[in-house]
Amino acid sequence: MTVDAIIVGSGPGGSTVADVLTAAGWSVVIFEKGRNHLIDLEDPSRLLGDYSNDEVKFIDRYFLGPDPFLEPRTFRVSPDEGDHSFVGEVNSIPTTVGGGGTHADGKVPRFREEDFSLLSTYGPQDGASVADWPLDYTELEPFYTDVERRIGVSGEAGANPFAAWRSGPYPMPPGPSMYGSKLSCAAAESLGFHPYPAPGATNSEPYDGRPACNNCGFCAYFGCPTHAKGDPVAMLQKALLSGNAELRPETFVSRIRTDGKRATGVDFIGPDGVEHSMDARYVVVAGGAVETPRLLLLSGLEHPLIGRHLMTHFQTIVVGGFADLRLHGERGRAVTEVHDDAIVPDDGSRAAAKEAGLPWMRGGMVEHGGPALPILEAKIYRWGRTHKENMRSSPMRDRLWAFTMQGEDLPVPTNRIDLDPTIRDVRGFPVARYTYKPHPHELAASAHHGPRLAAILAEMGAEWTSIVTSPGTPGGPGDRTSEHAPISRHVMGTARMGDDPATSVADSSGRLHQLPNVVIADSSVFVTSAGYGPTLTLAALAARSAAAMVG
Amino acid sequence: MPRWLTEDEYGVLTAMCERLIPADETPGATDAGVVDYIDGLLGAFSFDPPRIWAGGPSSGRFGGTPGFATFHPLTALDELAWRTRIEGSLGRPEREFNGAVVGLQEQYRSGLAMLGPDFAHCEGEEQDRRLHAHSDFTELVYGHACEGMYGAPEYGGNRDGVGWSNIGFAGDVQPRGWTDREVSEA
Ligand SMILES: Cc1cc2nc3c(=O)[nH]c(=O)nc-3n(C[C@H](O)[C@H](O)[C@H](O)COP(=O)(O)OP(=O)(O)OC[C@H]3O[C@@H](n4cnc5c(N)ncnc54)[C@H](O)[C@@H]3O)c2cc1C
Ligand code: SF4
Repeated sequence: MTVDAIIVGSGPGGSTVADVLTAAGWSVVIFEKGRNHLIDLEDPSRLLGDYSNDEVKFIDRYFLGPDPFLEPRTFRVSPDEGDHSFVGEVNSIPTTVGGGGTHADGKVPRFREEDFSLLSTYGPQDGASVADWPLDYTELEPFYTDVERRIGVSGEAGANPFAAWRSGPYPMPPGPSMYGSKLSCAAAESLGFHPYPAPGATNSEPYDGRPACNNCGFCAYFGCPTHAKGDPVAMLQKALLSGNAELRPETFVSRIRTDGKRATGVDFIGPDGVEHSMDARYVVVAGGAVETPRLLLLSGLEHPLIGRHLMTHFQTIVVGGFADLRLHGERGRAVTEVHDDAIVPDDGSRAAAKEAGLPWMRGGMVEHGGPALPILEAKIYRWGRTHKENMRSSPMRDRLWAFTMQGEDLPVPTNRIDLDPTIRDVRGFPVARYTYKPHPHELAASAHHGPRLAAILAEMGAEWTSIVTSPGTPGGPGDRTSEHAPISRHVMGTARMGDDPATSVADSSGRLHQLPNVVIADSSVFVTSAGYGPTLTLAALAARSAAAMVG
Repeated sequence: MPRWLTEDEYGVLTAMCERLIPADETPGATDAGVVDYIDGLLGAFSFDPPRIWAGGPSSGRFGGTPGFATFHPLTALDELAWRTRIEGSLGRPEREFNGAVVGLQEQYRSGLAMLGPDFAHCEGEEQDRRLHAHSDFTELVYGHACEGMYGAPEYGGNRDGVGWSNIGFAGDVQPRGWTDREVSEA
């Protein structure tokens, strides 16, 4: 049997493609290596009830995968550390039907116009491959609008003075602001910042047959028990209900088959543990920016840039403690407000860049939020006599408020995904190895913006503030650079797009230059990382690539 | 009867957890059944389905159908992962594709033995001395103790939700959730 398209991965990227292709009448098979906890595959109009407000299940016991025993990854800062310095859980985004869309807490902003033309707007940076994208915001805008409707995004047009233009309002108004967020926004505004309601993939009102979010608070890292999240559920459900799609969970695609000029299909291992193959006219790869280059490499594809320019977001986490406030961060979605001031260069950041010997610097979107989970909190405190008193007064949860800046990460060719030489997954295939060290730009931007965020917390009334970064800042507090990968779950850039096959892996529609019927539909194709979560942009690109496929 | 620990081990672990999360004017690890949480993890495969992942979408504590008590069945791969994590790789090739794994059962059995059979009867200071002397094991148990204290009661600990009520945490709140007012106001 030859299907029109095989889609590898059921996350936001793959689901968007499935929705567009099936609506155009294409026959599609979606392979997903993780389990299904989202949709009743016998009756796709029914959603499953497997998600729950259960910290043990989702945080301590890998319910949404990947289980680091079955599917480890490896990490090293540089080849100087040998084959790898760490084996286990590295930057894992869920491996499950719906991918990372299921447990992201869904801040889904658009990028700004200049994010697509960093090189021509600001110029190069030493040691980084800063480049323009092969398409601009104007070309992508209709697809942003399209995927905001498919996913169901709440937000307030015009609330962010730095936002790119948009052709229409958000599909839904914003949901309720968290108490702590109202306080941090007031403090930020008094210091001249411009907070606004985070564009959210969470229903603020009933939408598309699913209920409004009821603010349960077990949001980031959890699946939504009521399906009020704009995870890929809507797109997958439509694709399945069209009758043109089949979804195969617990099925790992191990190889893209080619005849040298074109892909002919894939090899896969299903729940039976046996290898099979299937033919297709197109193979769409949407495994996420770590697993996608891994599959290209496992398939023997050769292009010097596959896996290179791995980008995450350099996180600057600024926390403040409030003796007199109970902030109840467990009520509401994980983040209800954000601000973009650190993304747009101003006199202060220009001076800081100059001082650091950099031509320019950009930070990233700043999320206002508070911790919500008691087991995570308990593990922070020491055991013994003080434990219960700490848990009751809760300096590290209920009396804490935080900013997380998702700092733009420059594309560096030596930051990369490749195949680990010794570590295997449970099916016997080499796992992805993550080699990553931040560029000086990220460190300088963090050093500049961190104290400005601490000042907002002080204005809000914090008794103390503290700044940590991920990865750790060399020599600074929390310097764990050589032990751990960045905790940011935003991964990008490992099959970058461009017009020139010598300097890019895919074209502006995600087609591999060397195998044009292989289409990459995730953030692997990003040229630069911007300072925004990648999900809406990767979904918009996936919708655009799928539209190009159906013609 | 413990599911996996011996009666003696259960006694040592009870004393240990009470030292890690002691009762003060509010209940501690013993009252919350933290050891039953740990014993339930070590003996997860003596339940059917194995007691790894509680069900959903709600517990019934805030309305809805109580689903937590019905645990999820495991796939073959999940069973492999969790058996290996709990029992260790035991020289079986399918569990050793990246090398041998020491299971939690072995870590607990040898860790509790190191604390000494008289541990439960020692003075607090002596208990702390031994806990510090075996800090890797102590940290392992402390992590599990926190899960047993503040995790869902369906896993065996946090008896009657005492871990939560004590710290003013509501626990799982679906399908009620929080009203807009409760979210936005002090
Ligand atoms: C806690 C958390 C919070 C987040 N918050 C945000 C946020 O606020 N905003 C934002 O923009 N992003 C956020 N993210 C990131 C977001 O989850 C990802 O950007 C998004 O999921 C990427 O979508 P994707 O479709 O490219 O890949 P994924 O979601 O990673 O999906 C890929 C799927 O493909 C499957 N797969 C991979 N390889 C194979 C193979 N060989 N065979 C079969 N199946 C395969 C995987 O199992 C997976 O299910 C967050 C992530 C986490 C973990
Ligand atoms: S906070 Fe809202 S969107 Fe998030 S899991 Fe709870 S109900 Fe779902």
